[in-house]
Amino acid sequence: MSNILEVAELTKTYKSGSKSLTVLSDINFSIEASNKLAIVGSSGSGKTTLLGLCAGLDRATSGSVKLNSIGLENLNEDERAKVRNQHVGFVFQNFQLLPTLTALENVMVPMELRGEKQIKQRALDLLDRVGLADRHDHYPTQLSGGEQQRISIARAFSNDPQILFADEPTGNLDEETSIRIENLIFDLNKELSTTLVMVTHDLELAKKCDRIIKLKGGKVISDSQAQMA
Amino acid sequence: MNQGINWNWLFKMAWRDSRRSKSRLFLFISSIIIGIAALVAINSFSDNLKTDINAQAKELLGADLEISSNNPDFNYPFLDTLAYDVSSENSFASMIYFPKNQQSRLVDVRALDGAFPYYGIIETEPPSAESTFRDGEKKALVDQSVMIQFNIEVGDTIRIGLVNFKVEGSLISSPSQSLGATLVAPAVYIPMSFVEETQLIQKGSRVNYRSFYKFEDLPEDFDLGARLEADRDTLRIQSLRADTVEERKQETGETFDDLADFLNLVAFIALLLGCVGVASSVHIYIKDKLKSVAILRCLGVSGRQAFLIYLIQIGASGLAGSFLGALLGTFIQTVLPTVFAGFLPVEVNVTLSWPSILSGVITGIFVSILFALAPLLSIRKASPLITLRGISEGASAIKDKLQWAVYISIFLFIILFAFIQIGVLTDSLIFTVFIGLSFGFLALVARLSMWLVNRFFPSQWNYIWRQSLANLYRPNNQTLVLIASIGLGTALITTLYFIQALLIDQVEITTDKDRPNLMVFDIQPYQVDELAQLTKESGLPIIQQVPVVTMKIQSINETTLVDAVKDSTEELRTSPFRREWRVTYRDSLIESEELITGSLTITNDMEDSVKNLYSQNQMVSLEDDYAKRNKIELGDTIIWNVQGVPIETIVGSTRKIDWERVQTNFLAVFPKGVLEPAPQFSVLITRVDNVEQGALFQREVVKKYPNVSVIDIGLILNTLDNILAKISFVIRFMALFSILTGLLVLISSVILSRFQRIKESVLLRTMGASKNQIFSINSLEYFFLGSLASLSGIILSLLASWGLAYYSFDSTFVPDLLPIVFTYISITSITILIGLSNSRGIVSRPPLEVLRSETQ
Repeated sequence: MSNILEVAELTKTYKSGSKSLTVLSDINFSIEASNKLAIVGSSGSGKTTLLGLCAGLDRATSGSVKLNSIGLENLNEDERAKVRNQHVGFVFQNFQLLPTLTALENVMVPMELRGEKQIKQRALDLLDRVGLADRHDHYPTQLSGGEQQRISIARAFSNDPQILFADEPTGNLDEETSIRIENLIFDLNKELSTTLVMVTHDLELAKKCDRIIKLKGGKVISDSQAQMA
Repeated sequence: MNQGINWNWLFKMAWRDSRRSKSRLFLFISSIIIGIAALVAINSFSDNLKTDINAQAKELLGADLEISSNNPDFNYPFLDTLAYDVSSENSFASMIYFPKNQQSRLVDVRALDGAFPYYGIIETEPPSAESTFRDGEKKALVDQSVMIQFNIEVGDTIRIGLVNFKVEGSLISSPSQSLGATLVAPAVYIPMSFVEETQLIQKGSRVNYRSFYKFEDLPEDFDLGARLEADRDTLRIQSLRADTVEERKQETGETFDDLADFLNLVAFIALLLGCVGVASSVHIYIKDKLKSVAILRCLGVSGRQAFLIYLIQIGASGLAGSFLGALLGTFIQTVLPTVFAGFLPVEVNVTLSWPSILSGVITGIFVSILFALAPLLSIRKASPLITLRGISEGASAIKDKLQWAVYISIFLFIILFAFIQIGVLTDSLIFTVFIGLSFGFLALVARLSMWLVNRFFPSQWNYIWRQSLANLYRPNNQTLVLIASIGLGTALITTLYFIQALLIDQVEITTDKDRPNLMVFDIQPYQVDELAQLTKESGLPIIQQVPVVTMKIQSINETTLVDAVKDSTEELRTSPFRREWRVTYRDSLIESEELITGSLTITNDMEDSVKNLYSQNQMVSLEDDYAKRNKIELGDTIIWNVQGVPIETIVGSTRKIDWERVQTNFLAVFPKGVLEPAPQFSVLITRVDNVEQGALFQREVVKKYPNVSVIDIGLILNTLDNILAKISFVIRFMALFSILTGLLVLISSVILSRFQRIKESVLLRTMGASKNQIFSINSLEYFFLGSLASLSGIILSLLASWGLAYYSFDSTFVPDLLPIVFTYISITSITILIGLSNSRGIVSRPPLEVLRSETQ
């Protein structure tokens, strides 16, 4: 199977005046299509930064990220946005729904951006799949946290992404809702053969993935695949 | 995926996003509504005024041609070639006496013969009086204001000279009646046939002879103006002034162009305030939208697409605001003729002015977009990383070339718009630079305040003070935006107020206790002693008593009027020859005069040659500025024509005169011993302490000496006060636009900025902060912001007013403390009040409910 994501010698340094802070240092890994990868580590270990770099939300100081064989480091912000729209889905800890759009409109946006037609039914189907078809005309503030995350999942899968990035998807939810959300992500991931890259604190959740990368102080301290190898 | 411009989707997204932001977008819209309303109202009004001046041009003159002169007999051969009807009017200043209440007043008596006006009417009450006063009996039309002032009614009697006239009607308006003339001497019409009987026109009397022509069959394409221009020399040699409909139309148009310029400037200031509102409200709005933009960026929206979504939203809101403004402006223009009642030369018909509406709407959309662009452009650089981090490193606006292009465009726009309004490029540049510097100053105040509070933070103070002070510099602070928008608004409005006060002060004549306030003139030589006696008997001081001789200049250094007229180089001025000179004779200066060159009389220190020259000729003294303007120098020879008798003089001195003093001042002064035998009249200046004393004295004078006229300065001041009240009302009415816009900008800035504070207040509330604590924190923060903004604005307005007073009005600006204190208190209070009204909802509802509703 081919690699959907290849990370090589990735480093991220933040500069503040004369001081510099390296939050990621020399990260190397790759992931095959349809695999599920969990990135774990304590707060400040660089998990979210790594996710942002892999998804093309941020630029690395050095090193390279190849997403579906496209090198992100040489792309400008708009070209990276195009890559995200074509290949990537996102699920965020804070759901990040557009507050001025209804649930249905939120799900439709990625498809609209691709210029697809007849999208309303597909969006309704996705809402139905996450169990919220009857709430399609509600605004995010009229929904609970769990409901918002389900809408966010429906949106993430709406553009048939090859890879799904999830940043602490259950971090803001109660246990019962978390389990429901986890199941939803894994089920949809399986159904649609999507690659999953998930940042989490939750080791139990991480264990449901095929592979776990553990970060500490901006460095990979363990990689379950490497251990297996 | 379609990364091209999918306009349908962009419009759809703009619409979707606006649904939950209507109230915020309305605040943005409200900033420009008033500015556009002012612009449309004023432009529509000016448009209608111009159209009506064109349509009623003939009514402005009342005839096809008016020829006026100081000489009743003139010769203009061109007129003999035409068929016409002519009316004559002899006008002169005289006292009229009201037997009913034994009072008197100086008026402009207009003795009329003929059917004038040929176009338009002499507006009277009752309307029939316009024709019945001409039926051959002793009837008069008396200016409406005089009738009201002296309680005169139709049917009462007035005495002009030796003749009693019945008041046939009150005069409301007549062609060619100016406000200034009405102020000193209101008009009274009488039939020409009774002028002689009044015995008021005597040798030396100053009479203006006007002839009004209505041509019977002048070809339509005949260019009367060109013909008069061709006959210019003929007219000038005889000192004739010709006025055609076209000229009158142009003159009236020019006068009202000045008014339109002033009004446009007021509208421009209102619009500029609106622009500040647009910039600050869009800045806050976009700051709030950055998270949504970041989400869209995550989903694949390009920077350009995100920018266009909000540009469409702002453009559409600008369009809506402009339409609402145009609608409001169209309504306001219906009120303007009432506001300007009394100042307008023609009846203004209120009609829709489509060009004004269209230009208002286009201007509205243009300024909305232009001033929104600077904050809008930041959207292009919004990082999707905000979704993960909440904040991003962000691209520096300073490095963005497009941002700079927008700032330069704003600068050019202000210059261009100011130039269109003011018409002078340097003034427009100064205005724009001042606006730019003001922004710089306000930004500096904001940054400095933040730095100072941060640097010298009073950590010993109690929590409420610390929290509210810290709000000034912490992330998401409103310091820069609020100080800039409220400060500039305060500066513009306060400057407008100061300048208004300055203008009104300039025209107001102060009446000091010792200043003269009653002038008696046209006193014949045989009446001088008797009148002086009467003045003393009435217990009044004789402050000045001067003889006046009327004369003309025959030649200056052997150059005559004919030479000056024929001089194609225009080196020689004709005005000294055409002027009817009123001169006096004395050997000393009076207190309003200062000697600039030469001497009034021969002095011992003069060189012998000069002494010799002066001893052989009469020395005359001229006003210095007048002499310079007309290139007359010391030692020049002037031959005067004193009612037929030539008198040769040499210019012996020049004097500077303070014309603002209530005194008899003269351009030319003769030495004693020359003019005594010439026909002359005298002027006596005195001072009365109260209205009754003045009325009593005037009554005695007019009774005994009907030819003598009295100018009651107190009465003029009263009338002037009324006119000034009217002008102030107009200025205040126009300033209302700016004040309203400023207020709306203030409200929208504060309301929009509340979203920055809501989460924090709710968090404090959740942690158990009491209602009072949150109120105190918020009100203190707005107190600091309001104080800093209003004080900075006041400083700017003081600087601007001083500059305007010094450079534009040639006056000294002395600010009143009261309006400054009032401005500070009101602006700061309004800021606090609006800020507090914002927090009201936060403290009275459960925290979660607030968060859900306010952050939608």
